[in-house]
Amino acid sequence: MTNLTELNLHQALSGLAAGDFTSTELTQSYLNSIEAQNTNLNAYLVVTGDKALEMARASDARRAVGNVGALEGIPLGIKDLFCTKGVRTTAASKILGEFAPEYESSVTTNLWRDGAVMLGKLNLDEFAMGSSNETSAFGNVVNPWKRKGSNVALTPGGSSGGSAAAVAAHMCLGATATDTGGSIRQPAAFTGTVGIKPTYGRCSRYGIVAFASSLDQAGPIARNVKDSAIMLQSMMGHDVKDSTSLNVAVPDLVAAMANGVKGMKIGIPKEYRVDGMPEEIESLWQQGIAWLKGAGAEIVDISLPHTKYALPAYYIVAPAEASSNLARYDGMRFGARVDGNDLTDTYEKTRATGFGEEVKRRILIGTYVLSAGYYDAYYLRAQKVRARILEDFTNAWTKCDAILTPTAPSAAFGLGEKSDDPIKMYLNDVFTVTANLAGLPAISIPAALDVDGLPLGLQIIGKALDEETIYSVASVMEQAANFSARP
Amino acid sequence: MTQTSVPAYTAFKTARPDQWVKSVTGDWEIIVGMEVHAQVSAKSKLFSGASAAYGGDPNSHVAMVDAGMPGMLPVINKFVVEQAVKTGLGLGAKINLWSRFDRKNYFYPDLPQGYQISQYLYPIIGEGSLEVASEDGSMIMVGIERIHLEQDAGKSIHDLDPNSTYVDLNRSGCALMEIVSKPDIRSADEAANYFKNLRALVRYLETCDGNMDEGSMRADVNVSVRRPGGELGTRCEIKNVNSTKFVGMAVNYEARRQIEILEDGGTIDQETRLFDVKTGQTRTMRSKEDAHDYRYFPDPDLLPLILDEAWVENIRANLPELPAAMKARFQSQYGLSAYDADVLVADKDFAVFYEEVAKGRDAKIANSWMTVELFGWLNKNGKELSQSPISAAALGGLVGLITDGTINGKIAKDVFSKMIESGDEAAVIVDREGLKQTTDTGAIEASIDALMATNPEKVAEAREKPKMLGWWVGQVMKATGGKANPAIVNEILKGKLGIE
Repeated sequence: MTNLTELNLHQALSGLAAGDFTSTELTQSYLNSIEAQNTNLNAYLVVTGDKALEMARASDARRAVGNVGALEGIPLGIKDLFCTKGVRTTAASKILGEFAPEYESSVTTNLWRDGAVMLGKLNLDEFAMGSSNETSAFGNVVNPWKRKGSNVALTPGGSSGGSAAAVAAHMCLGATATDTGGSIRQPAAFTGTVGIKPTYGRCSRYGIVAFASSLDQAGPIARNVKDSAIMLQSMMGHDVKDSTSLNVAVPDLVAAMANGVKGMKIGIPKEYRVDGMPEEIESLWQQGIAWLKGAGAEIVDISLPHTKYALPAYYIVAPAEASSNLARYDGMRFGARVDGNDLTDTYEKTRATGFGEEVKRRILIGTYVLSAGYYDAYYLRAQKVRARILEDFTNAWTKCDAILTPTAPSAAFGLGEKSDDPIKMYLNDVFTVTANLAGLPAISIPAALDVDGLPLGLQIIGKALDEETIYSVASVMEQAANFSARP
Repeated sequence: MTQTSVPAYTAFKTARPDQWVKSVTGDWEIIVGMEVHAQVSAKSKLFSGASAAYGGDPNSHVAMVDAGMPGMLPVINKFVVEQAVKTGLGLGAKINLWSRFDRKNYFYPDLPQGYQISQYLYPIIGEGSLEVASEDGSMIMVGIERIHLEQDAGKSIHDLDPNSTYVDLNRSGCALMEIVSKPDIRSADEAANYFKNLRALVRYLETCDGNMDEGSMRADVNVSVRRPGGELGTRCEIKNVNSTKFVGMAVNYEARRQIEILEDGGTIDQETRLFDVKTGQTRTMRSKEDAHDYRYFPDPDLLPLILDEAWVENIRANLPELPAAMKARFQSQYGLSAYDADVLVADKDFAVFYEEVAKGRDAKIANSWMTVELFGWLNKNGKELSQSPISAAALGGLVGLITDGTINGKIAKDVFSKMIESGDEAAVIVDREGLKQTTDTGAIEASIDALMATNPEKVAEAREKPKMLGWWVGQVMKATGGKANPAIVNEILKGKLGIE
C-alpha cells in the first residue's frame, strides 16, 4: 500500500467506500506516521494504538454490512481537553494526574457515532491557556513547519497546537480542537491548516474540560475546507446535557461550499490594522479582498469601533470564569494531590504543584477581578464591553454578510520568543477574541506563505448560526489561494 | 452592584410594649429576621438526575456533575423550579419570570465544584408575606424578602477517624429554597411561629417535607436588639437552628446575651453563632473578619431562567387549599373556634386526619376526641400523629358511636383505651363488651327509684340543694354500669327530685 496518509479526509472516505483499503490499513498508516514523527513534534500525549485498531476493525465490520457513518473509518486525533472514557485525559496539566474519565464528551461521542476512529490524545497549552503550546505540562509541541533555511523550532500556536501540528504533519486526518480566544484559528494559521470555531452553542461543551465556559467552543482542525465541513457537521448538534447548547438543525456545510460569493457583501473592518503588523499580512489581506472581488463579491468598508477593547475585556472575562472553573482541581476527589499539614496546606501544596505558571497567573487575575471592590471596575465593565462588541457586529451585519480579516498578526514565531512576556503573547489573539466575545462563527484558512516560507491565514467571521456563508466564502478563497505548500 | 449580602433594612416597625424586654436600664426591643433553608421535595437534584432521597449508602446518590468532575455541566431540574414557584405563590409572592444563577465561590472538601450555584442578584421569587400569631393572640404579617434556589453541599464527617475527614456527597447538589424574611419579627414567640407556619405551608404545598430530623428545614436566625424605636443594633446570625422550639430559645438567649453586653457598656460584634441545643446557648462560630469574599458572578454554564407566565398561572390555578383558607373553612364548615381551627391546620397531617374523623359526625366531638384524647395520648407516649395506633377512620368510628348516642362519653374513654390496646374498631369493642348506652327510660327510672328508696336523706338534701344533682347522676351511672344515657338520667332525675 502506498502512503495512505497522503490522502485527505474526503479522499480517504472515497477510498474506503471504493474498497481500495480498509480503515484498519488506514489507521495503521497513521499510527506509523505518529510513530515516526511524534518524538520530534510532541503532538500526541497519548497514542491509543490498540483502541484505534480495535475501532478501525469495528468500522470495517460495519462497512461490510453497509452500516456506514459520515466519518466511517476515519482516524482522528482528539485534543486532550475532551474527556474520553477510560482514556487518560490531562488538559496538559499535572493536576489531573492519572485521571481517566468514566464518561465521554458529547463531541467525541458524535464522532464515534459517525464511525470515526481515535488515534490518541493531542497536546495543548495547559487547560487551553496559551497561544504557543509552551504552557503544556508535558512539553511544547513543535511546528512541523520551519523557516526557509533555518532549523529554529517554531511554535504551532496554541492552545490547540497539538491538533494543528498533527493535522499539518499528517499524523491524523483531522483533529478536534477548542477555541476560547483563538485557540483553533491561530494554530491553524500557523500550520497551514483550516480551523473553524462555530457559533457558540453549536458544539456541546459536555465533557470538555472547561476553561472559560461562556467563550469555549469546540471545532475541527482539518487539511482543507471540505474536510473541515465534514468533521464539523458531525461534531455539532443540540445536546440536552449542555444548557448553552443551541436547539437548531445542523446545516449541510459541504453543500454550502458550492454556493459561491456572487452578490455577497464582504466587510473589511478598518480597526483590524494594528501597529507593527508585518506588511506581508496587510498585503495578504488585500490579496484576499481581490480574490473575493474577483469571484463576484462586493467589498464594503465597515467599522467595529470597540475592537481595541476586546483583548483587555477577554483577559478579564476568561480568567474570571477560569478561576472558578478550576476550583474543582483541589486534590480531593481525583487527580494529583500533595498532602499538607492541614486542609488549607493541602489545597495550597496541591494547587501550587499541580498548576503551571500561566494557569496560576490567570487564576490570580480571575480571582482578583471578581473580588469585592474590583468586580464593578473589571468584570462588570468587561461584560459591558462584551455587549458593545456584539453590538458592533450586529451593526456590521446591516452592511455585510461576512467579514474578512487576517487570523493572526504574525506567522509562527520561535519557541521561547514570547514566553517571558505574557502581554506580547496575549496580543496574538487580537484578531480572534472578538468572535469568541460575540459568540460568532469564524474560520481560518491558509492563504499564502510569508517571506520565510511560513503559512499565513485569513479569517472569515460570519453571522451567528451562519456557518453556511462562512463555508461558501472559505471555499472560494481556498480555490483562489490554491494553497498546496507542505511543511 | 456590591458584593455584600446585607439587605436594605427599611421601615422598621416598633414592637408592642408587651414584647419589650424589661431591664434595669430600661426597655429593649428584639429585631429578628430569618433565612430558612428548605430542601425542595423532588426525586432528583437541582442540576443532576441523581436521587435526592434522604439516606442511602455514602456517595451512592451522586452524579458526575455533583462530584465536580471535569467537563460536567449542570442542567436545571424543571420540577424543582415548579416547586419554588409553588412555594412563592403560597406566600403570595411575586414570581420573577426572569431569574439567574450565580456562582458563590469558596473551597471546602464537601463542595466539589469549588462553588455553590445559587441565585444572588436575581432570585426566582420576590416579595411576599406570611401571617403569624403573636404571643398576645393577634396576627402579624411577616414580610418575605425573596426566595432563591441553590445547591446543597455534601457532608463532612469528622468523627469516623481521628486523622481523616470523610465526605459524603449524597446531599451535594440537592435543591434548597432559601426563604428570606424581612426583619419583621419582634419576639421569640413570633420567630418560632413564623418557622412553624412556614413549615406548615411548605408541607401543605408538598414543596418541602419539613422533616427537621433529616435537616429538610433549618433556620439562620438574625437577632439584634435596640431601645424601642431607637437606632438599630448590630446583628448576629445564629446558624442552622432546626426546630420551632430551638428558634424561640435561640432568639431569647441571644437577645438577652446582647442586652447584657450592651448594658455592661460593651458592643456587639457582628458574627455568626451556633445554637447549642444541650445548653440552650449560642456561641461564636466565626467573626466578620473571617467572612469569605465569595466572588459571586453569573454562572456561565447556565442560561437565565425564564418562566412562561401561562405556566405560572397554571400552577397558581392548581394550588392546594392553604392553611389560612382552610382555617376559615374549618370555622364556617365545622363551627370550630378560631383557636381550635388553628390547632388543626397547623399541620397538614392534622387537618387531613381531622376531616376524616369529622366526616358525617359531630364536628366538635370529633375535634375534642382528636385534640384532647388522641393528642393527649400521643404526647404522653412521645409519638407523632403518623404513629397513632388509632387511624382517622377508627377514631371516626368511635366519634360516630358517640354522635348517634350508641355510647356516652364516659364509656367512650374506656373504648378508646381498649382500641389502643387491642387495635380493634370501636363498634367491635362495644358489641363484644356490651357497652351500648341504655336509653331505656323504664330501666333508668327503675334504677332511680331504687336509689331514692335507699337514700331518702339524699332525696331531701337534693331538693334543698339542686347542686346535689351531680351526686345523683353519678349514683345512677354507677348503678347502670356507666351505660345509661346521661341526658336521659338528668331529665328523669330532675323530674323525680323536683329540681328545676
